[in-house]
Amino acid sequence: MITGTPKPIDEILEMVEPYNNIVVAGCHGCVTVCRVGGHKEVEVLSSTLRLAREAAGNKIEINEVSLERQCDPEYVESMRPYVEDYQAVLSIACGAGIQFLAEKFGNTPILPGINTGFLGVTERQGEWAERCQGCGDCVLHLTGGICPVTRCAKQLFHGPCGGSTAGICEVSKDVQCGWQLIIDRLKALDQMDNYTKLKPYKAWDRSRDGGPRRIIREDMI
Amino acid sequence: MLPCTGRIEESLLLKAFENGADGVMVIGCLEGDCHYVSGNIRAKSRVKRVYSILEQIHIGPERIRMYNLSAGEGAKFAAFANEFVDKVAELGPSPINLVRANCTKKAPEEEAI
Repeated sequence: MITGTPKPIDEILEMVEPYNNIVVAGCHGCVTVCRVGGHKEVEVLSSTLRLAREAAGNKIEINEVSLERQCDPEYVESMRPYVEDYQAVLSIACGAGIQFLAEKFGNTPILPGINTGFLGVTERQGEWAERCQGCGDCVLHLTGGICPVTRCAKQLFHGPCGGSTAGICEVSKDVQCGWQLIIDRLKALDQMDNYTKLKPYKAWDRSRDGGPRRIIREDMI
Repeated sequence: MLPCTGRIEESLLLKAFENGADGVMVIGCLEGDCHYVSGNIRAKSRVKRVYSILEQIHIGPERIRMYNLSAGEGAKFAAFANEFVDKVAELGPSPINLVRANCTKKAPEEEAI
């Protein structure tokens, strides 16, 4: 899922300061699962803003909405009939959702209520960890299902490096060496021969190096 | 009245303040005694989160508190209730209620002008 963290309330209050009539828009996708931008969070954030603003003698009216997904046009369009009745939209979807609202509703300021994080997994209640950087050229079949791009701080394809000690990466004692994990996993799978199959150079042109990426599936258009 | 404090959402607690409460007291079963296993533990973390929100927006975090007691502890319930009511009385009206009171006070004067 795409993860995120709430922005500090003071930062949000500063953002909405010029407005007294806004929409707080959540998303039922990833941000609901990671408890940062779903319907419950819309309710809590809206109440928080109303309380803070009324206590400051500057009341704010809020329309609380949550879309099925803020990254799909059919759901975003459902806001069109009323969005211009409001001075701004505070979106607590991921950065993609926030930008999509901004693209669709050019006359309305769209504000971010969360800081978008990474593509990750839920390790336990309240703890998420990065697993994928969307590099566009997956090698997980060769690395025991552990991503060297994400799990190795240097994004090496021939680790572990000299900074790996007893399975721990030199960047932090809390970071496991991605390549040690890969080697251990390949040994457990009896697939150490995969270690030599890695491509010498990764096709980074499929990653972020060429600017914003686009996927066009002719078979689906 | 809720069957279990585990049913309480943060938004419900904040709504109470929006509706004019000066303080909110959450009373759950004793920890380890939840009929639904962990309802009161969930409530505890939700109350903690609302505490933090009230602190950040300067409403006064002491205005929310969770107590744990069993259904048979009537005297303890009364003591907790009195304690919390005294605490809220000491804190005075919430900033929201102060603003609202000022608005209603000003209204007749404005009419007179």
